[in-house]
Amino acid sequence: MSALTDLFRTDRVQHHGPCPRAAVDSAVWDFACGELAEGRWTLLGLWGETDTVHMALLEEQAGEIGIISLPSRDGRYPSVGRRHPPAINLERAIHDLFGLEAEGLADTRPWLDHGNWGMRHPLGSREPGGSPSPYEFLQAEGPGLNQIAVGPVHAGIIEPGHFRFTANGETVVRLEERLGYTHKGIEGLMIGADLERAVRLASRTSGDSTVAYALAFSQAAEAALRMEVPPRAVWIRALMVELERLANHLGDIGAICNDASFSFMHAHCGALRERVLRAAHIAFGHRLMRDGVVPGGVAVDLDAEKWNAIRTVVAEIRRQFPKLIAIYDDTSSLQNRTVTTGVLAPELARRYGVGGYVGRASGRNFDARRMAGCSPYDVLRFDVPVLVEGDVNARVWIRIREVEQSLSLVEQIADQLPAGQIRGVIAAVHEPREGFALVEGFRGDVLAWLRLGADGSVVRCHLRDPSWFQWPLLEAVIEGNIVADFPLCNKSFNCSYSGHDL
Amino acid sequence: MRRLFFDALIRPPLSERPPSLDAAAEHELAAALGREARKRLGRSLSIREVDAGSCNGCELEINALNNPFYDIERFGIRFVASPRHADVLLVTGPVTKNMREALKRTYDAVPNPKWVVAAGGCARDGGCFAGSYAVVGGVSEVVPVDLHIPGCPPSPTDILKGLLALLAANA
Repeated sequence: MSALTDLFRTDRVQHHGPCPRAAVDSAVWDFACGELAEGRWTLLGLWGETDTVHMALLEEQAGEIGIISLPSRDGRYPSVGRRHPPAINLERAIHDLFGLEAEGLADTRPWLDHGNWGMRHPLGSREPGGSPSPYEFLQAEGPGLNQIAVGPVHAGIIEPGHFRFTANGETVVRLEERLGYTHKGIEGLMIGADLERAVRLASRTSGDSTVAYALAFSQAAEAALRMEVPPRAVWIRALMVELERLANHLGDIGAICNDASFSFMHAHCGALRERVLRAAHIAFGHRLMRDGVVPGGVAVDLDAEKWNAIRTVVAEIRRQFPKLIAIYDDTSSLQNRTVTTGVLAPELARRYGVGGYVGRASGRNFDARRMAGCSPYDVLRFDVPVLVEGDVNARVWIRIREVEQSLSLVEQIADQLPAGQIRGVIAAVHEPREGFALVEGFRGDVLAWLRLGADGSVVRCHLRDPSWFQWPLLEAVIEGNIVADFPLCNKSFNCSYSGHDL
Repeated sequence: MRRLFFDALIRPPLSERPPSLDAAAEHELAAALGREARKRLGRSLSIREVDAGSCNGCELEINALNNPFYDIERFGIRFVASPRHADVLLVTGPVTKNMREALKRTYDAVPNPKWVVAAGGCARDGGCFAGSYAVVGGVSEVVPVDLHIPGCPPSPTDILKGLLALLAANA
């Protein structure tokens, strides 16, 4: 019995699965904040409702997850971010969306709300108002400092966001991000949506992780409805997630090298990525496999011809990839740019509970695929690579190792795919239900929390992108590096703007 | 690395190999687009891409136009870093309220003559995000649009097709 599970002995909410949720008082809330601040627990998520805040907690050693919920009092709740900085931006977002105030939070600047919505607290009071006002960036003072403002429209084909650098000559003294430009109000659109529309919205939260999001939402819905997914569908889902990971990692490895002006790798990795997307198109009818995962199962079944396309691309990557990796490893001008650049200290990675290649390149040995009951990974063989250097090079190597693991996983799935149905029937349950899911996308763990009403429509859905805990660390790693290395640091993190802004 | 360079010299380029997907149409399109671009703009068409709030799916496919299979630069079409260097603004996403001003300013920074291409279903009418408190709607709500390219996201071939249509209409 772990300390976290102790919280759920009493006051456990009914109809919440698979992990427990409990309504707690401010004393327990405060205790949890202390455990987070002391580093015993990890913050998985923090989100609001009209008059409640929810916090998802992970006890990594025990592999336990639980959610605690605190009713707000007069629109206030005790700040988590006051003692545990990873919560700060989440609390700023909760205030913007719901109007709930985190008591004791030092940074009360708006985050997602840029004053353009024509209303304030769109998921709470919806009071008319709000107007754009200058954003006060944090100060950095000293002789010889200058500011560089970048964005929201960037120079490349990338998403919008604003970066404010303060530099002394070439050296970055401080980077501050301002995000929220791509806020689409997805959680607002979710309210009242049926499962069919809701999963479409979820899978358009971050396009590069469309499979991971559709899967996280679907798993949360299935947990809420306590429905079994046919084994064949579970395996095809894993295949899609691994293909998505392959395509993104291949693209990233090339793009990171390209930011060091080594376009050779970019061209070759880009070609491999394109081959994965074409195989996905043949197998699932869509290059990004969008709308392939649905609540209850998958939308597309596989046949021999489709498998042939997948096996062909896996064989091609197995032939080409080792040569490319040898080049990456042997090119000193490239290593010169990536080794010791943008170091994320393992302690910071642990405190932020940062997922994906960012965490695993800085010693955080966590992968949601290894959580108990994560089928079909419980019967598949795979390693989770972990390094401790925490630099751009380490984040490249984690991706390289994960490409190799994903190739192996795809082959294992090809050999062991069970026969049977690909989609179960969703039966109406005529009562409110709640579900939670954590899915290891290519970027890290995607969290989905869902409350369904008695009519089966969405009452509240929260989606937490791994980027929430990665963006603040990008600010940390660039410090002391030169401005010209920012693209490398940024690409090696490859955070999602849309997934974060929601 | 020498080995890979050598291979690249003796093997046909990827872009001329018959790709598994709609190969003939792609080749025809690419050649036609090259002719039109040359007639209209000499050997160059410069595109500034603006994400006005997309999910980043469209960006992935626009980026793919630069990979060796599509290699869009062989037609003189290239993506540029500043709107001031651009002939075409390629806009994605439902325009969010937080991006409306930035999109308008980027459009204003593009010298005349200029065209706006809205890529993806969201850029047409807001897609599945239409009606949100945070979304303006399609790109044409903010800047005049010359062409819409449907898709969620449009494939690189669809985007190539769209650019051809634009050039044909303006030639």
